[in-house]
Amino acid sequence: MLAYILRRVGQSVLVLLVVGLVAFSMFRFVGDPVDAMLGQERTQADIERLTAELGLDRPFPVQYWKFLTQAAQGNFGLSYRQGRPVTDILIERAPATLELAFVSGIMALVGGIALGVFTAIRRRGVAANVIMTVSLIGVSLPTFLIGILLIYIFAVELKWLPSFGRGEVVRLGGWTTGFLTESGLKAIILPAITLGLYQMTLIMRLVRTEMLEVLRMDYIRFARARGLREKSVNFRHALKNTMVPVITVTGLQLGSIIAFAIITETVFQWPGVGLLFINAVQFVDIPVMAAYLMLISVMFVGINLIVDLLYFAIDPRLRLDRGTEAKA
Amino acid sequence: MTRLTGLALAALMASTALPVSAETLRWARAGDSLTLDPHAQNEGPTHTLAHQIYEPLIIRDMTGAFEAALATDWAPKADDPNVWVFTLRQGVKYHDGADFTAEDVVFSINRAKSDNSRMKELLSSVVEVRAVDDHTVEFVTDGPNPILPSNLTNLFIMDKGWTEANGAVEVQNMDAGESTFAATNTNGTGAYKLVSREPDVKTVLTRNEDYWGKGQFPLEVSEIVYTPIQNAATRVAAILSGEVDFIQDVPVQDLARVAATDGLVVKTAPQNRVIFFGMNLGPDDIANDNVEGKNPLSDVRVRRAMNLALNRDAIRQVVMRGQSQPAGMIAPPFVNGWTEEMDKAETDVAQAKALMAEAGYGDGFSIQLDCPNDRYINDEAICQAAVGMFGQIGVKVNLNAQSKAQHFPLISSGGTDFYMLGWGVPTYDSEYIFNFLAHTRTDQRGSWNGTGYSNPELDAKIVSLSSETDLDKRNATIAEIWQVVQDEVLYLPIHHQVLNWGMTDKIGIEVSPEDDPKIKYFSMK
Repeated sequence: MLAYILRRVGQSVLVLLVVGLVAFSMFRFVGDPVDAMLGQERTQADIERLTAELGLDRPFPVQYWKFLTQAAQGNFGLSYRQGRPVTDILIERAPATLELAFVSGIMALVGGIALGVFTAIRRRGVAANVIMTVSLIGVSLPTFLIGILLIYIFAVELKWLPSFGRGEVVRLGGWTTGFLTESGLKAIILPAITLGLYQMTLIMRLVRTEMLEVLRMDYIRFARARGLREKSVNFRHALKNTMVPVITVTGLQLGSIIAFAIITETVFQWPGVGLLFINAVQFVDIPVMAAYLMLISVMFVGINLIVDLLYFAIDPRLRLDRGTEAKA
Repeated sequence: MTRLTGLALAALMASTALPVSAETLRWARAGDSLTLDPHAQNEGPTHTLAHQIYEPLIIRDMTGAFEAALATDWAPKADDPNVWVFTLRQGVKYHDGADFTAEDVVFSINRAKSDNSRMKELLSSVVEVRAVDDHTVEFVTDGPNPILPSNLTNLFIMDKGWTEANGAVEVQNMDAGESTFAATNTNGTGAYKLVSREPDVKTVLTRNEDYWGKGQFPLEVSEIVYTPIQNAATRVAAILSGEVDFIQDVPVQDLARVAATDGLVVKTAPQNRVIFFGMNLGPDDIANDNVEGKNPLSDVRVRRAMNLALNRDAIRQVVMRGQSQPAGMIAPPFVNGWTEEMDKAETDVAQAKALMAEAGYGDGFSIQLDCPNDRYINDEAICQAAVGMFGQIGVKVNLNAQSKAQHFPLISSGGTDFYMLGWGVPTYDSEYIFNFLAHTRTDQRGSWNGTGYSNPELDAKIVSLSSETDLDKRNATIAEIWQVVQDEVLYLPIHHQVLNWGMTDKIGIEVSPEDDPKIKYFSMK
C-alpha cells in the first residue's frame, strides 16, 4: 500500500513538472505583457527597461527555473496586472470557486443519482422519458448559452435572482463565504446550475445505464425471489454495486467543475480563480497564469490519487488482486 | 422536507427586489482599476477610479474643458517662459484630516517622475518643481512648454506625510516582489473616500462630507458601489434587471434594447479616440506582401487609392450600427488642430483603381493586415469589412486578427506592415499626435509610429511645437504639419469611436469624451 502511494506521488510530481514546462513554453505565444503594462506614452527605453526588469528577455528555461525555485518556497511572484502577490490573490479568490464547485458538485451528484435511479426503475414511464429527453439539452447546450439563458429568464424577466456577482459575503478568518447571507445564497443558484448541469446529466445517464445492467443480474432476481422489499433491492443491492464507476467519474468531474468554472465565472462575473485566469490571459499576466495552471494540475493529480485510493476502500477485489500479485 | 425547502426557495426569490436608496450609485463597467496607487498605472479605468478619490491640480470636466481642482490659477511666469506658476487652493484637507500644501505637490510630482512611475513620460519636460510658499508652486521646464497644464490632468496629488509614514514613497517596482501600501490604501482630497475594495469584485466609496467643492458640484451621489462586469451580455442584463444604475461600454447591438426599456436611457457622444490603419511605407521592401524588390506602400498613389477605397459610411452602417463618426484625419474633433474640412473622407473606387494603375499596380498586390480582436469596438469586424473594400481595387488583404497582447507588440517592434491602431489625445492638442505618430521613430519620440516614415523637416516642425509660446504661430505650424500628414496619406483614418453610457433616467449626466465619469458631477432625481 505505502509503496503504491509513493509511486503514485512520484508520478504526480513528474506530471506537474511537465505541465509547468509546457505551460511556460506556451506563454510566449500568448503575447507580450509589457505593452499592456505601460501606458500609451511609453518610450522604447521604457519597454526595454521593463522587459529586463521582468526577466522576459531571458530564455524560457531560465524563466521556468526561476519560477520553480520560487514556487517551491510558496512564492508565485507579483501579478503583472494588479501588482499584488499572486499567492494573496489566489487565496482571496479560491473560496468563491470552491463554494461554487461544492454546490454544483453536490447538486450534480444528488440530482444525478436520484434521477438516474428513478429513470432506471421506471424506465418505461412518461416522466422518465421526459427527463431523458430534457437531459439531452443539458449535455448538448454550451455552458455560456445556458448561463445567458438563465440570466435572461431569472434575472431580467422574472427579477428573482441576481445576474452577476456573489452577493454579500461573510469573512470567516481567511475564508469568505456566501452561504451565510440571503444575497449570497441567491447569487449562487444560477451559476451552480449552469456549472453543474452537464455533470448532473452525465452522472444521471451513467447511473441509469449501470442500474439497468445490475437490475438484470441474477442476484437481484434472487433478492426479489427471497421477498426482500423493493426499496431494499433497489438501493442496498443494486445502487451500491453501480457506485464504482460513478465514483471515478464524479472524482474526475469534480476536477473539471473547478477547472471549467472559467466560463461560468465569466458569464456570472463570479469572483473566483477562473475569472482571474481569464483576466490574466487577456493581460498576459504570466505569474498568475503559471500559478493557476500549476494549482489546477496539482488538483487533478490529487483527485486522481484520492480516487485510486477510494477504489481500495470500496472494492475488496482490488485489494485481493494486489495481494496475490505481491505474493506471486 | 422537499416541499419545505421549495417554499423557502420561492420566498427567497420573491424578496429579491430590494429597495433602492436614492443616493447610492451602482456603477458597472467592463474592467476594473488595476491599482489604487495613482502613479503606478497609466490606464483609463485606473485613472477613472482614482479621480473619485484623488485630485490633480487641474481636471477636465465632463465636456473635456479645464476646471480648477487643487490649483485655482495657473499661468506662465511673467519674466521666465520656462516656468509655470500654480496657485494652490487653500483650506483643502486630505481624507485623514491633514492639510494640503505646496510640499505635497512637489512630493507627488517628483514621485510621478521617479523611475518606476508609469506617469513619468507626461512630465518629461519638467526639470524641477519647487514650492515658493505654502500655496504657490513653480514648474520649471526644459524650454517653454505652452501645453504643460494639459499634461497634469491625470497627475494626482498625494499627501507627503501619509505616503512617507506608510513607506510608499517608491512607486511599485515589479521586480521587488512586494506590493506597496499605496496600492491598496488611499488618502486623497477628492469628493469620495474609499470604504472597501476587493479588486475585480467590488469597490465602495462614500461621499467626503468635508469636500472643498461642496456647493460647487452637485455631489448628489452619497455612496458609490463600483463593480466590474466583464461579459457584455451580463453587463446589459444587470442594468435591464435593475441591479445596477449606470453602465459604461454598452455593446452596440444592445443599445436599442436598453433604450427601449422603461426607466433606462442611453447617452451617446463621440469619444476621444480615432481608429485608423497604419502602413509600413518607409522601407524599400517589406516582408508581408507579394511584391518582390519594392514596397507598394511607399508609393503615395497606392496609399491614396487605398484611402479612397475605404467606404467609411458602409462601415458605420453595417459594422458599427450607426455608432461611429467617419474620419478623414487621425485627430478627434475636439483636438486643437482638427478641421472639419480635413476630417471629410470620400470614397471613389473608380479613381482609386486609376491611381493603382498609374502607380503600376493595376493587377494589385497582396498584403497582410494585422488587427486586434479585443481592443476597440468591433475591431475585427471593421478589418473584415475593410478587406472586402481593398479587394475592390485589387489589394488582396490577408487578415491576421489576434488579441491585443499579441497585436500591439507587433507595432512596437516593427513586425507588421499594415496594422490597425486607435489613438486618444489626452492633451487635446495635435502635438501629442505628431510626437507619437508622425515623428521619426527615435528614443524620445515616434514610439507608436510604425509607418517607418521619416521626414527631418517635419520632425523639426514637430519639435518646435513644444517650445513655441506664440499660440497663433504654433497653430499655423500645426496646420502645416497636418497638411503634410494628409498629403502623404501617412495613415488611413476610419472613424471616431462613439461612447455609449446606459443609465437609469434619474441620473443626470452627459457622456465625457474621455470615458471617465467623475461622479461628483452626477445629479440624481
